[in-house]
Amino acid sequence: MDIKEIIKPENLVYKKTKLMTDAPLSYCPGCGHGTAHRITMEVVEEMGIWEDTIGVAPVGCSVLAYDFMNIDMTQAAHGRAPAVATGIKRVWPNKYVFTYQGDGDLAAIGGNETLHACNRGENIVIIFINNGIYGMTGGQMAPTTLPGMKSSTSPYGRDIATMGHPLKMTELVAQLPGTYFVTRQSVHTPGAVRKAKKAIRKAFEIQKENKGLAFIEIVSNCNSGWKMEPVEANNWMVENMFPYFPIGDIKVNGELVK
Amino acid sequence: MGEIKLMKGNEAIAEAAIRSGADAYFGYPITPQSEVIEYLMMERPENRTGMVVLQAESEIAAINMVYGAAGAGKKVLTSSSSPGVSLKQEGISYIAGSELPCVIVNVVRGGPGLGTIQPSQADYFQSTKGGGHGDYRLLVLAPASVQEMADFVNEAFDLAFKYRNPVMILSDGVIGQMMEKVVMPEQKERLSDDEVIKRYGDWATVGKSKSRERNIITSLELDPYKQEAHNHKLQAKYKKMEENEVRYEAINCEDADYIIVAYGSSARIAQKTMTLARAKGIKVGIFRLITLFPFPKNEINALADKVKGFLAVEMSAGQMIEDVRLAVNGKVPAEHFGRYGGVIHSPEEVLEALEQKIIGG
Repeated sequence: MDIKEIIKPENLVYKKTKLMTDAPLSYCPGCGHGTAHRITMEVVEEMGIWEDTIGVAPVGCSVLAYDFMNIDMTQAAHGRAPAVATGIKRVWPNKYVFTYQGDGDLAAIGGNETLHACNRGENIVIIFINNGIYGMTGGQMAPTTLPGMKSSTSPYGRDIATMGHPLKMTELVAQLPGTYFVTRQSVHTPGAVRKAKKAIRKAFEIQKENKGLAFIEIVSNCNSGWKMEPVEANNWMVENMFPYFPIGDIKVNGELVK
Repeated sequence: MGEIKLMKGNEAIAEAAIRSGADAYFGYPITPQSEVIEYLMMERPENRTGMVVLQAESEIAAINMVYGAAGAGKKVLTSSSSPGVSLKQEGISYIAGSELPCVIVNVVRGGPGLGTIQPSQADYFQSTKGGGHGDYRLLVLAPASVQEMADFVNEAFDLAFKYRNPVMILSDGVIGQMMEKVVMPEQKERLSDDEVIKRYGDWATVGKSKSRERNIITSLELDPYKQEAHNHKLQAKYKKMEENEVRYEAINCEDADYIIVAYGSSARIAQKTMTLARAKGIKVGIFRLITLFPFPKNEINALADKVKGFLAVEMSAGQMIEDVRLAVNGKVPAEHFGRYGGVIHSPEEVLEALEQKIIGG
């Protein structure tokens, strides 16, 4: 088959969602953010809800998410995305509202906003990218940095005696009655991407039915911050992050998964 | 004529907010303004107008809810008192940077720190000079009566949407807590969702329609030249406010030898001082600020050609006096007097200060 044959429309097996703009992604090659953006926007497109969807971008690597997602978006102050989303959702209860946040944003500075939005059962979707580090500011320790893990503010490794333990935010919010669906996913293999996308779809369907807050953690990598090659970073994530942050559903239909 | 009620200033703000057709209030309790959210919760505005009232987990969350809802084109407000307003400053800076309309009420109490729950006017700098980070201004209205607490809600929203800028109603614990007769404004209808989209759909996050590019609410600009251009735009807007929105009340200033400059409850106290002074043959007038920003500098500068001196009376260690002195520009003496830290000056103390610092000075 020559190239002309290959590019015929009937051979098309994949195309970029129209809800991703043509702006070059600001993420490092190998980073999971691009995939997480894409599957979120694919879900919004497939559900046909882009005219009624408002996104909230955080502070962190994904601060410019609004440059890439072709929908109406608000950029929130560091950690405040769940409060901003609450404000939007309460005055536009028929719109779909989601936040897209990293671990520093959601679990450290925005811990209070996260817990209370979850506890109120706001009908929003929270997409939480956990790569165990502050990426944008240059690889500092995050609340999710693993014990012994090196970062620019834990250069000798995270010492839990003085720096505390990695925070399992997702398990924490699953305990709150306001959350309806809480899951932990990843986007490092095609199979994982499909599962994560399915979870995001489910989250938006829950919002449609006003059942409560849907919380999706995506354990991801930060090859730049971790100072690894992309493949090496993914392998490290599987070996080190997944045991501490196990992949799978934590709460389904408002019930904790046993 | 509208309905006459006897209410606290804080309650008047709350009732006026419902009647203004506001879409939402987000707040957090703090003395001496908790009656605002208490009144709203008691009134069930969701049944009266469909207005949302939500008690947030903190002042920080409340102002960010305001940011989200204001960015989505809705008419929203919050209220707090000094320590709580300090917590809101980050959000206020974002709202100003993103050019969103909203109303913020500060019922000021004494500081610094946790301070006291008694009245104060020591948040003048914070309110008029920016407050949070970056070069921005709030339009600041200073009510001096329960009536103005009610009236300024509509006025503040009108100005907020006119300039797409946060507007602060800077009150104090006296005005917030005292009860007076108040004529309530008529109930305005809340805008329908379609009307909001029609009016503000060109900038607000109301959902991207096919016919337009996506709307983005942000205060981030990584290119410093673009950020500077955005700052120029903001400064031009503030200049326009200075040209068009100065509000004040000149009481007996025509024949006055001495002018007391004051706002809020200090202006009320000064009226008694004026009566006492005039009984002694001292011709005192009151220049009451209604807008603190924009500050009526031209008007005060013009008065400085006709009078012998100014006394800036405020419940602070001397904040507004700086703007008064800039306006007077050395033409005649301008001094400060005020009790602070939660203490309220008496009319007699003000008169004594006038006699010692200005007349005898």
